Amino acid sequence: MSTQPTKDGTAEPVLMKGNEACGEAAIRAGCTHFYGYPITPQGELLEYLAERLPEVGGTFLQSESELAGINMVYGAAAAGDRVITASSSVGIALMQEGITYLAAAELPCVIVNVNRAGPGLGRIAPSQSDYNQVTRGGGSGDYQTPVLAPWSVQETADLTVEAFDLADAYRTPVILLSDGMLGQMAEPVRLPEQIDPEALPEKDWALTGAKDRARNLVLAAPLTDDLLVELNESLQERYRTIEAAEQRWAEYHLDDAELVVVAYGSAARIALAAIERAREADIPVGMIRPISLWPFPETAFQDLPGPASQFLVVEMNHGQMIADVEHAVRHDFPVTHYGKGGGWRPSPEELHEHIRDRWEAQS
Amino acid sequence: MEEHILFAGFGGQGILLMGRTLAVAGMQADYHVTWLPSYGPEMRGGTAHCFVVLSADEIASPYVTTPDAAIVMNRPSFDRFHEALSPGGTIVLDATLVGEFEARSDIDVVPIEATQIATDLGNDRVANMVALGAFAATRDFPSVEGLYEALETTLPSEYGAMLALNRTALETGFAEVNAIEQRH
Repeated sequence: MSTQPTKDGTAEPVLMKGNEACGEAAIRAGCTHFYGYPITPQGELLEYLAERLPEVGGTFLQSESELAGINMVYGAAAAGDRVITASSSVGIALMQEGITYLAAAELPCVIVNVNRAGPGLGRIAPSQSDYNQVTRGGGSGDYQTPVLAPWSVQETADLTVEAFDLADAYRTPVILLSDGMLGQMAEPVRLPEQIDPEALPEKDWALTGAKDRARNLVLAAPLTDDLLVELNESLQERYRTIEAAEQRWAEYHLDDAELVVVAYGSAARIALAAIERAREADIPVGMIRPISLWPFPETAFQDLPGPASQFLVVEMNHGQMIADVEHAVRHDFPVTHYGKGGGWRPSPEELHEHIRDRWEAQS
Repeated sequence: MEEHILFAGFGGQGILLMGRTLAVAGMQADYHVTWLPSYGPEMRGGTAHCFVVLSADEIASPYVTTPDAAIVMNRPSFDRFHEALSPGGTIVLDATLVGEFEARSDIDVVPIEATQIATDLGNDRVANMVALGAFAATRDFPSVEGLYEALETTLPSEYGAMLALNRTALETGFAEVNAIEQRH
């Protein structure tokens, strides 16, 4: 959306698909490895990196399965390099064992989920049906992964870079949640600057060869119960730090909004068009757009600047974010939901009608 | 102002390239643009299509359900999409491949012998650019020059030698429609 070109005089915009922009941004963030398996609608990301990574001296490998791919990610991350993998929904489900191992071993990496409609094999149409999968850990054990959810091709590129920084800062896998619309559509994008991988902060825990220093250990399973309790406590402490420091969101018209739409990704950009239309008819509606889905931006719902008293969650699923919004408003306000799964996507007209009806029913 | 444009034809006719070229021309003229290809089994042997949205403001959705304009390069695409066009909309169609047709009375139809003209120019593969040039002649934006500049970035580099022919195709399509309009 933030595509008004050539205003701040940085890079010239180029027209790219979300998947391609993610791949190029990964390269520019200093990523030198991709391991993964093709699946629609993720394909262009894999194809893009297949061509680009060898050009920058990196490694691209199409693995025999998602499970193999995520475990190759484990290897590259343990060696201290920036590494990315990507899949879609069912493929991310197959990776869960590897993701919990990465979390346990405190290994940074970026995992892109180009969400398609489920459940099961589903369809290649866009969906937000993996909200619970990505925000609740997904694999075994008590772990979480930061989740960033862009709403445009530009933000896909920007958040790809941020995902690598977050992953390294907290030694954790980070998930970038795209979908079949954001991945497939092309928009103008101004690409980030190239980072020199050699200039990134050194990872003193990485397995780089123990010549002239004590050996490092990267373990997905500590050897005693005591150590596992310690690991859990240390991870939880880190998660509380992330919750305090890394909430990301955007706000629209909250100064006068009585009805607040809560939406992220594709649903949010369609919702905003509906909101602008409703405001032209004097409906006091605004929006909170979570950009980090975990940590959920609870702060956005506290000390709201305006008269917000009703919340409407708009998602391309059957209400997976409701619980987080209800928790964020401490159950003080009514929270309703509008959305469907299965590849359904709203039109601005349809959402506008729902907002109008929702408002008229309340007032 | 937000305009929804559909490009449709057979896989292999350069349908996606037409749309992408318009989108880049829009970007270079500071419009907000989105381009979204059709994606699915219909790409094999059936119709291929893509959507372009051009807007002065931010674009909510890249999906097009009721196009304001359509460039239709074969019969199945005409049959499939002509009812979807918004009233008052415009269809530019490849008359060589669509053949006889009956169109709604509330839309403008601009037939152009795109494939025949491209064949006469020496390569039927530039029929898409003949049609895109014709499309440009029906409206203020884009110009043929703007499309050509966009094509310099959208045409895959291995086809660099065909840029000149593509330019001729754009110009010929544009001139053809202008000539028809002058006859009316």
